[in-house]
Amino acid sequence: MEAFTSHTGIGVPLRRSNVDTDQIIPAEYLKRVTKSGFEDGLFAAWRRDDSFILNNADYAGGSVLVAGPDFGTGSSREHAVWALMNYGFRVVISSRFADIFRGNSGKQGLLTAVVSQDDVELLWKYLENEPGASVTVDLASRTITAGDIVAGFEVDDYTRWRLLEGLDDIGLTLRHEPDITAYEGNRPAFKPVVAPG
Amino acid sequence: MAGTLAEKIWADHVVRSAEGEPDILYIDLHLIHEVTSPQAFDGLRLAGRPVRRPDLTLATEDHNVPTTPGPITDPVSLTQVETLRRNCEEFGVTIYPMGDAEQGIVHVVGPQLGLTQPGMTIVCGDSHTSTHGAFGALAFGIGTSEVEHVLATQTLPLKPFKTMAVNVDGDLADGVTAKDIILAVIAKIGTGGGQGYVLEYRGEAIRNLSMEARMTVCNMSIEAGARAGLIAPDRTTYDYLQGRDHAPTGAEWEAAVGYWETLRTHDDAVFDAVVDIDAATLTPFVTWGTNPGQGAPLGASVPDPALIPDETEARAAEAALAYMGLTAGTPLREIAVDTVFVGSCTNGRIEDLRAAAAVLKGRKVADGVRMLVVPGSARVRLEAEAEGLGEVFEAAGAEWRLPGCSMCLAMNPDKLAPQERSASTSNRNFEGRQGKGGRTHLVSPLVAAATAVRGTLSSPADLAPLATATGEEH
Repeated sequence: MEAFTSHTGIGVPLRRSNVDTDQIIPAEYLKRVTKSGFEDGLFAAWRRDDSFILNNADYAGGSVLVAGPDFGTGSSREHAVWALMNYGFRVVISSRFADIFRGNSGKQGLLTAVVSQDDVELLWKYLENEPGASVTVDLASRTITAGDIVAGFEVDDYTRWRLLEGLDDIGLTLRHEPDITAYEGNRPAFKPVVAPG
Repeated sequence: MAGTLAEKIWADHVVRSAEGEPDILYIDLHLIHEVTSPQAFDGLRLAGRPVRRPDLTLATEDHNVPTTPGPITDPVSLTQVETLRRNCEEFGVTIYPMGDAEQGIVHVVGPQLGLTQPGMTIVCGDSHTSTHGAFGALAFGIGTSEVEHVLATQTLPLKPFKTMAVNVDGDLADGVTAKDIILAVIAKIGTGGGQGYVLEYRGEAIRNLSMEARMTVCNMSIEAGARAGLIAPDRTTYDYLQGRDHAPTGAEWEAAVGYWETLRTHDDAVFDAVVDIDAATLTPFVTWGTNPGQGAPLGASVPDPALIPDETEARAAEAALAYMGLTAGTPLREIAVDTVFVGSCTNGRIEDLRAAAAVLKGRKVADGVRMLVVPGSARVRLEAEAEGLGEVFEAAGAEWRLPGCSMCLAMNPDKLAPQERSASTSNRNFEGRQGKGGRTHLVSPLVAAATAVRGTLSSPADLAPLATATGEEH
């Protein structure tokens, strides 16, 4: 995983709440067996509408998405994170994220920055008044800077550390492989198995 | 030991705990399917890692299989299914492919085989894994990176969830079902209300539910935003499990029940949040909008966004009505549907089919309405046919299909056309979920069947009584 320290890019104001993962990437795009190429399915239904924000040339190349509360609800599909990252997003800012989406994001290196809804409103206004303006998201200091706006954001310490270091989850767990083996030695015999191991 | 049920199961699965780091939690059962697993297997291959416990891993094909006879025609769906088969072969994982006697929706298959048992940790790359919580298991959906993590280590690094008690006390009225309970819970706490929580459903109305009804309730915990939902195991749970293929037997059964008996929320335990629902006040519930929290009793009307105080919610309601093609103030019972779908991991089990068939028996699906009945698994289909339910559906004019996820998420050919309206026993009414531009009303199997007969959203109580058997014969 690529380490994340600080990112500056064009901010995209998405004035919608409850953006579920079916909207981020509809099921018809889930049939691939790779992790790349999902950018064409990102917000596919909304992108058919010319007035949708990603169809506005001013926001082309946007990499910091600013969305309403409850972003990423619904299906657990990690394709939602791949689609956002394949499109070029590195950060999503919202006042509240769905749990599975936030977990999936952290594992792929997409930063989910939690700010107050008031700060979201400020960022929306700024980005709508200054189309194409940049937003800087600094993970070390947990600070978002856009024009005159300076806002702190929340991200849990463990995810932040992993993002800053670019650490792979499986490798981290396998450092404790003896603990797993010890636990397996003590599992009750009545626990089911699918097929003889 | 003090604490809630979810906390107890958690504690029993901690492999390693360290300050400032997530706990490493052991996973007892890992279910996989064709859509969220290919990239995970690819990750293993790239890193040269084996599947640690193929004996605790089970694959089935469900999300994009066709429900009409014949091979998969969509080349991309075929690639996913073939990729799953190849991966299972390469990594030694048991798979129930299309056409197999055990194939079906992953959340129907686990319980019916007796693989889902109390006190287990169960994960799957599918958010409706919460279904298995009905057995008093801690079961939750994970993303593909986590699927890879579990395949490689049989564990997950996780931070503890908060716990919420959902007390449903009192008795349900006739014709009110588990689906109505959970839709009412979601409407009450909202689609984000459960975020970060494991919901424990408690109270008399929950205790009185069958295992299959409990699965319907736990299934839609995710629609309330929760990571998982569970119900403490009891005699109903043990009776369901005993004798199933993978249930313990003999001395092991006794040992297991002894352990399961300890799986209770301690009397002194404190939940992080509590929600109370009076079961006696519930009526058949349907959704009118484009998220599962936008629901109302069937007797109500389409709400007026202008009367919703919260501005964000009002805007969302306005957009939902525009998408759904509905006008504020229209009685929900007057909404005409084009399609009725009975099936999915929410309501595709035998009891759901029995409920729908009981309404349809001796009646006809209304002219111009298409009804699809899709069993949750091959076993459910066989059982339904043995009971004559398949014939009831076909005699009523419904299509009796092969098992799979089908129109719940329209990854196979079962889709709504743009602006086509459905009454669906599935779990999500998101824009486009059942097909581009499709309009979904979430309902119980009873409401689905009654709606198919009348052609508008209805409960069985709205149907004209059937002529008595004596009057019809001879």
